[in-house]
Amino acid sequence: MANFLLWAWLGGLMIAAVAGPLGSFMVWRRMAYFGDTLAHAALLGVALGLLLQVNISLAVVLVCLLLALLLSTLVHKRIIATDTLLGILSHASLSLGLVSLSLFDHQSIDLMGFLFGDLLAIGQHDLLWIALACCLVLVILVSIWTPLLSITVNEELAQVEGINVAWMRTLLMLLVAVVIAVAMKVVGVLLITSLLIIPAAAARRLSSSPEQMALLASLLGMLAVTGGLALSWFYDTPAGPSVVVIASTLFFLLFSFPRSFRLS
Amino acid sequence: MSEVLLSATDLGVKRGNRWLIKGVDISLEAGQITTVIGPNGAGKSTLVRSLLNLIKTTSGDITTIKGLRIGYMPQKLKLEDTLPLTVARFLDLGRHKQHQLSPQLWHDLLHECRAEKLLNRPMQELSGGETQRILLLRALLRKPHLLVLDEPVQGVDVTGQVSLYNLIGQVRNILGCGILMVSHDLHLVMAATDQVICLNQHICCSGHPEQVSQDPAFTDLFGPQGAGNLALYNHQHNHHHTSHGEIIAGEHHEGCDHG
Repeated sequence: MANFLLWAWLGGLMIAAVAGPLGSFMVWRRMAYFGDTLAHAALLGVALGLLLQVNISLAVVLVCLLLALLLSTLVHKRIIATDTLLGILSHASLSLGLVSLSLFDHQSIDLMGFLFGDLLAIGQHDLLWIALACCLVLVILVSIWTPLLSITVNEELAQVEGINVAWMRTLLMLLVAVVIAVAMKVVGVLLITSLLIIPAAAARRLSSSPEQMALLASLLGMLAVTGGLALSWFYDTPAGPSVVVIASTLFFLLFSFPRSFRLS
Repeated sequence: MSEVLLSATDLGVKRGNRWLIKGVDISLEAGQITTVIGPNGAGKSTLVRSLLNLIKTTSGDITTIKGLRIGYMPQKLKLEDTLPLTVARFLDLGRHKQHQLSPQLWHDLLHECRAEKLLNRPMQELSGGETQRILLLRALLRKPHLLVLDEPVQGVDVTGQVSLYNLIGQVRNILGCGILMVSHDLHLVMAATDQVICLNQHICCSGHPEQVSQDPAFTDLFGPQGAGNLALYNHQHNHHHTSHGEIIAGEHHEGCDHG
């Protein structure tokens, strides 16, 4: 097997593994559109990173996090309905990112790669970063799993029981921002949310506990990455979209199962 | 007099130009059941939520005993269908690391709440009454000093309501905790209550149930029909209202500016 394919596969597997539990939280907390908004803002992060000549992943994380904090403040102030707000910020940041990127030298920027991912371009160096980021996210996620689940069930109940709800929410957003920054390589900013949401949604039908759903989502995501890469390799299709196509296929397959079918 | 768990003075919450509650003094004691009643929009939930520190207050002070553990039962629980969660797991989330019920007590409460058979069911499949019982059970898991129940019988049928109120009374006896309860149905609550606070933005009247039920402010608020349900209590006036609703004599320091 070609080396670049191996790197692509390993990188994809690691991201899918983290996307499982994190995506489950996004599904439970109805954050799909929120994730989209953050992902679109990642492009703005890329532009800023290039402009200021700092590490692009770092710039992406920072921009995503800033936007996440701005979003939660605006949502809290109830200026306008949340979905409208997300719709505005999502496309405003995407457009702003596209406009700023167009100001740079066209030759040096792989815009399609940023938008739809360039899985096969992952190198050893990228792999190291992906591994580090994924480990960090997984460790944090596991250590705050119970309080995070508590605020997902009911924020007021969690707060009365002594959980710092605002801090947990911020931490979750930070984790999403980090995963977006690394997953951008794999599926691109336009398709990141699908990698988070689809495997988790597909796992729902088979699960009877939150942990089961998270684990199953990881496995389904890894299966989608493997299948998508195979599709891309044999039929020369774009890798990122192929992964999403396989994930969606898995989702529809699993949802045609009878409702009573559960792992115990 | 038993220990005061939580007391608030001159509590006020203002949103925009409107006071949702204003000038509320309240004191909750161990072993006592305090019920807040009042019409819709009277600020009952606002009062409870400000006591729980869930919303910002505009004025007033809240003092509690050190390390006060509160068991809270929210008005209702909205759970996403996408979250696979059994009753047992939901209850686990409410456990306190240090303060746990003894196995015997846990068993008793599980039995009282008729929850043994529900433990393996998904939360989303519970009926309204079952959900309320599980919420109550979760609030009890941390051996609370103070139990706060926001309209505990909402969405429960009448027989269920009676048994739920009985259950709450028993819980007080078993755990010896103070209870703050919000309700808008009158006669069911009255029997099981030590102190009634009649709220309509401010405290219109408060005291023992029989005392409050005879209060003109109470009749003003609920009409003769509603108040009549409670007429079996003795008449024990401690103050009178003028025709403007101002109080002539008594413990109250504020007139009723409504109805």
